[in-house]
Amino acid sequence: MVTAQVVTRDFSDRVREAENPQSLLVRFGPDQPLKLNAGVDLSPFQIAYQTYGTLNARRSNAVLICHALTGDQHVANVHPVTGKSGWWETMVGPGRPIDTDRYFVICPNVLGACVGTTGPSSIDPKTGRPWGLDFPVITIRDMVAAQAMLLDHLGIDSLFSIAGGSMGGMQVLQWAASYPDRVFSALPIAAATRHSAQNIAFHEVGRQAVMADPEWRHGRYLIEGTNPQRGLAVARMGAHITYLSDAALHRKFGRKFQDRSTPTFSFDADFEVESYLRHQGSAFVERFDANSYLYLTRAMDYFDLAADYGGALANAFKGTPTRFCVISFTSDWLFPTSESRAIVHALNASGARVSFAEIITDKGHDAFLLDEPELFAIMRGFLDSAGKARGL
Amino acid sequence: MLLRRHHDLTMAEAARGPGGARVDLVLVAAMVEQGSRVLDVGCGDGELLRLLGETRDVDGRGIELSREGVNECVAKGLAVIQGDADTDLADYPNDAFDYVILSQTLQATRQPRAVLEHMLRIGRHAVVSFPNFAHWRIRLQILFRGQMPRTDNLPYAWYESPNIHFCTIKDFRLLCDVVGARMEKAVALNPWGKPLRLTAPWWIWNVFGEQAVFLLSRKG
Repeated sequence: MVTAQVVTRDFSDRVREAENPQSLLVRFGPDQPLKLNAGVDLSPFQIAYQTYGTLNARRSNAVLICHALTGDQHVANVHPVTGKSGWWETMVGPGRPIDTDRYFVICPNVLGACVGTTGPSSIDPKTGRPWGLDFPVITIRDMVAAQAMLLDHLGIDSLFSIAGGSMGGMQVLQWAASYPDRVFSALPIAAATRHSAQNIAFHEVGRQAVMADPEWRHGRYLIEGTNPQRGLAVARMGAHITYLSDAALHRKFGRKFQDRSTPTFSFDADFEVESYLRHQGSAFVERFDANSYLYLTRAMDYFDLAADYGGALANAFKGTPTRFCVISFTSDWLFPTSESRAIVHALNASGARVSFAEIITDKGHDAFLLDEPELFAIMRGFLDSAGKARGL
Repeated sequence: MLLRRHHDLTMAEAARGPGGARVDLVLVAAMVEQGSRVLDVGCGDGELLRLLGETRDVDGRGIELSREGVNECVAKGLAVIQGDADTDLADYPNDAFDYVILSQTLQATRQPRAVLEHMLRIGRHAVVSFPNFAHWRIRLQILFRGQMPRTDNLPYAWYESPNIHFCTIKDFRLLCDVVGARMEKAVALNPWGKPLRLTAPWWIWNVFGEQAVFLLSRKG
């Protein structure tokens, strides 16, 4: 039985992964600063990334995977901290829709995250201590600019494809807008071109939960040797509900009791759904940094692609040569189909080649990570056809 | 509204050309210039788009209302989006395509006139195919049975039919005048998918054509 207390754990694995990850690593020195949206330069900084498959001689088969808010670069391998299989192993691998026998797959940890790429838990070279809240606020555009530097480093001028769900989908759209000539095809899944008021509101609740934890110490917990795990766990529990749907929760848990047949008339986790959420919360804090959660949710909040292009979304994609496949899920209320439809309207208005499919499922926003045969068939078909056009 | 034309065309479906493609689709495809940009409105499972891609080298896009149709098309690698002819054509800019095709779908739209006007705005040409409600079999059914007609092509009972705006060949020609469309080509097909004689007068088409295909362009 999972209780309300979160047991203090050894977080040394996580701290190690933040600085010296078990991933490929590229360091950008003082000669290659990253110019951030916030108007400051980030330098030096590093990007941790995983690759799968082989880059062909023409360097034309690279696929960039952009991970979501709480994802990381371990798409299709065992996670070094949790020991769990990769978060998109059903999608990426030999013979999978994103076929590593055909494509060279790259997945970087995003800027601001905590699995090897520079973020608030990294060491600030000026002070020799973790950045904490002194880390500059970053945006989706900054994440993408950093990824573009990674591709330059790898000698890849043009991506065959770029795919991602949720915050990953935001990066896909930003990529297509910022570097249209480097993106042959793009798959924004369960995404939006701007974060809605409701989503900003949910994120604010999560951030307040982190900041209300006395262990957070104004973001200096790594320096002071504390850990705001309760706050972060609550943030995760709240967010996790938004990734599911009423129907899915009902199907999975209903009103079933956890290991008991009658209520205890206490605040124990009587219900299965409570126990499940507590587990989600406590598992999350093992692998995620509280400040990273603040910075990444903020980056999503600030995302508004149309605003960067004079308020007209179609301008962001004007004359784009990229082939798009936009996918949404019927029960996703966090990034509902209407958001995907707005992307499609803008792409149509700019004359882009676009496919759009809405998949029927009760699994909510998280459906893009789950076993959805129709999603696999659509992505495989889209990539096969794009591959033909690319001469792969 | 269902935009699946395949259930509405069982007879014509039996009539297939050398490549195995439906004769009415081959006819529509033949009206499209090589290498042009095409929007197929109500593209079903994408058979016409596939045919156009293979035989006419077109840059084809599709809109389809049914999710099954869309997902099947996208999985085939076709650029198709889920959408509604009645509401979504308004989002396309002027002159975005060389051809906008509406195959066996006009009668299922809520506002056929608005749809046709959008087609002529978005495309330099419009291609429209539709079942002719003045075909003699339909006339006889109404005359003798006194009921809404049901044929192999149009199998639905009136209360569950997606087809809410039937018209005749004559009606459609009048609509073309109303919206200022120039008729560049027209073909009427008999129930076996064979074109009627080009020299036949319009009233013959209106009685013996089971369906018609029109190639239109904007006047002026």
